[in-house]
Amino acid sequence: MAENMKPTEVESRRLWSPAGALSSAIGAFSRSAKRYRMEWWILVAGLLIVALILFMTFFPGLFSAYSPNSQDGPQLKAPSPGHIMGTDNLGRDVWARVVYGSQTILGVAISASLLSAIVGIPLGLISGFAGNWADKVLSLVMDSIYSFPGLILAIAFAAMLGPGVVNITLAVAVVYVPKYFRLVRGQTLQIKEEPYVEAAKAIGAKRSTTLFRYVFPNVIATVVVVFSLNIADAIMTEAALSFIGLGLPAGIPDWGMDLSMGKKFLPSGTWWMITFPGLAIMLLALGFTMLGEGLAEILNPRLQEY
Amino acid sequence: MKRILNYLIARILLTIPMLFILLTLVFVVLRVMPGDPVSSMLGGHAPQAVIDAKREALGLNKPIFFQYLDYLGQLARLDLGESMNFKEKVSTPILQKLPATIELTLAGIIVALGIGIPLGVRSARLRRTWQDSVIRFFANITYCIPVYWMGLMFQMLFGVFLNLFPIAGRVGTRVDSSEFDRTGFYIIDTLLKGNFTAFGDVMYHLVLPAVTLGLTLSGVFIRMTRANMLDSLKSDFVLATRARGVAENRVVYTHALKNALIPVVTMLGLEFAALLAGAILTETTFSWPGMGRLLLERIYNRDYPVIQGIIIFYALFVSVVSLLVDIIYAVIDPRVKL
Repeated sequence: MAENMKPTEVESRRLWSPAGALSSAIGAFSRSAKRYRMEWWILVAGLLIVALILFMTFFPGLFSAYSPNSQDGPQLKAPSPGHIMGTDNLGRDVWARVVYGSQTILGVAISASLLSAIVGIPLGLISGFAGNWADKVLSLVMDSIYSFPGLILAIAFAAMLGPGVVNITLAVAVVYVPKYFRLVRGQTLQIKEEPYVEAAKAIGAKRSTTLFRYVFPNVIATVVVVFSLNIADAIMTEAALSFIGLGLPAGIPDWGMDLSMGKKFLPSGTWWMITFPGLAIMLLALGFTMLGEGLAEILNPRLQEY
Repeated sequence: MKRILNYLIARILLTIPMLFILLTLVFVVLRVMPGDPVSSMLGGHAPQAVIDAKREALGLNKPIFFQYLDYLGQLARLDLGESMNFKEKVSTPILQKLPATIELTLAGIIVALGIGIPLGVRSARLRRTWQDSVIRFFANITYCIPVYWMGLMFQMLFGVFLNLFPIAGRVGTRVDSSEFDRTGFYIIDTLLKGNFTAFGDVMYHLVLPAVTLGLTLSGVFIRMTRANMLDSLKSDFVLATRARGVAENRVVYTHALKNALIPVVTMLGLEFAALLAGAILTETTFSWPGMGRLLLERIYNRDYPVIQGIIIFYALFVSVVSLLVDIIYAVIDPRVKL
């Protein structure tokens, strides 16, 4: 394990450029493909799941002949060749709702994760790099938010903001800002002690140059892994919010909302209304988790034990 | 002893700013953000005079900074205010629903540890075998199963199709629950009354919610126990114990596991927030009359003082538990320093 780590480590310390990063990543992957067969499979399986669902999201018409909101079908019909996942209480096709629902959940989860990264990364970077009283205050604030149950925070935000795609995205995003902040700040603290940062300072690089050309590129590798895991988390949070009825206005197909609808008809044994949207949430979250974990274990072998 | 006392004082002093920040955060979210509680409570058609009177009564017409001071002052007197929609203090429904949530979370923790620790140990002992892979896969998948969906699946399978377990509530309709409301903990109350049929019924109702909540959290404990057991099994003291000829089971379960469990205790504190969040969803799924259901009910009623009160209560709950866990950690691990 140790000997495999060395080349990647050396390469990552070179000055960062997109082409260089790509070639070193490819190099690291092909070297590790043999050594981490299991992790490699996890990564590939995750990629496949995510790619398939993304494809479904962009071309829903290829997958479902029905519209997610048309109420033409028979009501509460069990899965049959006409409606492979059955129909709900309003006669809507469950498969169509699963296909179109992926747009909602993916849209919210990805934009929420992006938003929290955009806020959290610069804050963490500057806070860790500066390391003064502002850093201490900011860390305390972020730690406090981090310690609070994320879902409850999101519930409070969503309840205040009211239903809507933008509002639910904001509510989910707030929860994950401290995650990026803590990660990036921790990394920055470590990296700013490295000899190459010292060297940059010694040859008279400006503070901003040191921060953005030497520290930032080395922080970003870890962020990529966390970003993927974060999307999985955000998917779960979005689904939970809409399951308890704080998500989106009616009319937008949404897996969490369909589950809460199915819950009402559960005592009459309509298993198809709850099974498929839930499976979809799980599969999507699993895809992003596997992608993130696979990346993490291949890019950073030191994490492997965990 | 002096070490623990010093640690205790420092740790409590650290909790104060954290709690203060959390309380401020709650205020910002509930008061400063857009959305007017009064007009949404009275509906869109209330005359302006009525709205103004209500704002005055709630102190919402003052500048935001003074509202903040009022808010902190009220909290310092341990007063959460009065409900907007019902004639009751905010603390009344909270204290009434709290025992149900504690019962559920404790049962959830027991299930999570009961599954997580043994599987984690097994996985570490059989490292890189098929059993290890299966256990790790299970641990990973529990992260991605929405707790409410697992609850729904259990309800469908064990409740509706097999008719083995009840799918809603804390007790059945045949048991008169008003008979035991001494502490609000039905498990304790039924035992105090000596009513074992009712006790059995309470436990019977607890099975599905607790297993649901516990299973989704068990993955974290499997991973944590596995990682720590691997470290522990590799360490010198285990080698020394083996060299002395101690039986393998004793090495693993007494010597290695004891040391591996210390970080698991910390994990318990960190996971407590996730547990509370999971409990809200489990309560929704199983119509469990706890704090989470109360919160959602009051959100639909737009009863802002109670919403605020519940969230403050959660903040307190989390801070106190993390303090307690850190103290336990300090007591069991002599290396801990702040």
